[in-house]
Amino acid sequence: MSEALNVPTMADYLAKGETPEILFWVGCSGSFDDRAKKITKAIVRILNHVGIKFAILGMEESCTGDPAKRAGNEFLFQMQAMQNITVMNGYNIKKIVTGCPHCFNTIKNEYPELGGKYEIVHHTQLVQELIDQGKLKVNGGTFKGKKITFHDPCYLGRANEVYEAPREVIQKLDVELAEMKRSRAKGLCCGAGGAQMFKESEKGSKEVNNERAEEALSLNPDVIAVGCPFCNTMMTDGVKHFNKEDKVKVLDVAELIAQANDL
Amino acid sequence: MLQIIIFSILLVGGFGFFFYNVLKVRRNILLGKDFTPEGPLGPRVVTVLKVAFGQSKMVTRPLSAIMHIFVYVGFILINIEVLEMFADGITGRHRTFSSLSFYNFLIAFFEILALLVFIGVVVFWLRRNVAKVKRFMNKELDGFPRLDANAILIAEVLMMTALMLMNASDQVLQSRGLYKVAGSFPLSQFIAPLFNGLSNESLHIIEKSSWWFHIVGIFAFMNYLPYSKHFHILLAFPATFYSNFNAKGKFTNLDTVTDVVKPNFDSTYIPKEIDPNAPPIPFGVKDVFDLNWKQLLEAYTCTECGRCTSSCPQNMTGKLLSPRKIMMDTRDRLVEVGKNIDKNGGKFVDDGKTLLGTYITPEELWACNTCNACVQECPINLDPLAIIVDLRRFLVMEKSEAPPELNNMFSNIENNGAPWQFSPADRANWINE
Ligand code: SF4
Ligand code: SF4
Repeated sequence: MSEALNVPTMADYLAKGETPEILFWVGCSGSFDDRAKKITKAIVRILNHVGIKFAILGMEESCTGDPAKRAGNEFLFQMQAMQNITVMNGYNIKKIVTGCPHCFNTIKNEYPELGGKYEIVHHTQLVQELIDQGKLKVNGGTFKGKKITFHDPCYLGRANEVYEAPREVIQKLDVELAEMKRSRAKGLCCGAGGAQMFKESEKGSKEVNNERAEEALSLNPDVIAVGCPFCNTMMTDGVKHFNKEDKVKVLDVAELIAQANDL
Repeated sequence: MLQIIIFSILLVGGFGFFFYNVLKVRRNILLGKDFTPEGPLGPRVVTVLKVAFGQSKMVTRPLSAIMHIFVYVGFILINIEVLEMFADGITGRHRTFSSLSFYNFLIAFFEILALLVFIGVVVFWLRRNVAKVKRFMNKELDGFPRLDANAILIAEVLMMTALMLMNASDQVLQSRGLYKVAGSFPLSQFIAPLFNGLSNESLHIIEKSSWWFHIVGIFAFMNYLPYSKHFHILLAFPATFYSNFNAKGKFTNLDTVTDVVKPNFDSTYIPKEIDPNAPPIPFGVKDVFDLNWKQLLEAYTCTECGRCTSSCPQNMTGKLLSPRKIMMDTRDRLVEVGKNIDKNGGKFVDDGKTLLGTYITPEELWACNTCNACVQECPINLDPLAIIVDLRRFLVMEKSEAPPELNNMFSNIENNGAPWQFSPADRANWINE
């Protein structure tokens, strides 16, 4: 791991009278969840490494309202959305990157109608772009030759039809990308979406995350790659359920890139 | 002459009753709220051609796709032969179209189609009743829905058989010089020898009764459609025309909420629902009246194929939620409301029931991952998820009946700007940890 993280806020930029190229929307999970914070840092390392001028909102960022919206609390959602839109429009934000497909979906699809119109990309799309432009050179490092399977997050995949960016990034690591039978448009949910993350599941015969982890583990992968902090939690729990946590790692695509390249 | 009269009565009565029922369905669908389709006409027409006409979303399950194509193409094209039967019925003639130069080809072609329909239908029947494919075994199909599916499959077998028997007896009568020689019979020629020993009378009876069986069957089928999942053969076209063109992750915006929330942030905002005298619109959906007409149209269109349910992560892990049941419940409730209106002279009288609660329970609704697998899978672009979310909205915003953990999550977001109990002041602490 290299030097300390450089993470300026929008307020810092404003004080200097400058504008960053892109806003990094961290999200609640990326800000507060211990596992997800590591993903956030991996994203920052990549951004620092290529020298993009980016900023976060810091304490001015608030929940996008996604879990409220999915749970049917449109009031709370719109309150959150308006609050964030007011802040972002105040800073004249044009472009956003986020590590969370739920934030991505909400800002991309549901903020415009309320007056928040931005260009937003998922971090895997940004990484792919950086690689394609030659700004980020990657090699497989310790992952070279390893078997990796990618779990499509519902809100990146089906909801927004981003299927290729994460896969192309993973393939840059010289690994064997193994596909689950239920992938891309047929990808199976990890069980977190629709506010399920925040409640116990209903009575049934199995937990959704175990169903999905079982499918991923059946490929005998070295790594289950994910692109969403909530999928990360669910898949990690699923892998633990089958006592495979010593053999199989659950890592975000950003972590793969950062770790392989000692960022 | 008698035949012409009976046929004409059948024709007028058959179409008349059908249109009467279609208008009733239309009235029921229009009980729903307004819906304005987004997006231009061109892509909508293309979607109808691709998804409904071209069956493009069926291919993900190849066996059923091929069998369905057999039945579907057969169904459409054999109707050309039915046209001839209509002509025969009205004029009292026999094989009215036989002067067409390609008549032999037509009849041969229809026989092949009939065989394909036959094969398709038998395979479908086996999948439901012998192989017991999982998506046809769910509870929501118990009773009428299962009967509905099997009845039509059996009816189709009988109709195709009648067609073959008609042609077979016709051939023998042709060979005896009693009927004009017309048509070519690649398949029924193998049945014809069985009839060789029969008298002219018997052959006439077989030929005529097969003809009547087929034609009565057609009218019966047509009039059965509005009561059955088979209504999809017509409604799939308008339903796909009104498909959602937005990203699947975009949930509808409630303007009624925006009108309350947005003025707090934007003093220039002009509320959209400005009529202060109109009765207040409830947030979310409690009964079929609160859904929009597109959603009600979708309920009537659902084929009950269960592709949605078989791909639902919660259903496959044994939860109560089944997106197909959401669609079926919506239709059943709408039909019930329609009958209520008929009985009460055109006005709905409260029956103490609602879609939410009586038909669909909160336990089903709260299980949903909003993962869009059901929407993705539906071969005709129906959207069970939109109904689920609308019902959740009513539970949360009108009844404050979210599960306690979700209420916690709500108050955390409200107070801390995050779904967990963390202080907003600590939001950027990760930088230095
Ligand atoms: S969106 Fe809900 S109902 Fe549809 S497949 Fe996913 S969990 Fe099931
Ligand atoms: S909603 Fe669509 S996928 Fe589900 S049963 Fe109806 S037609 Fe089939």
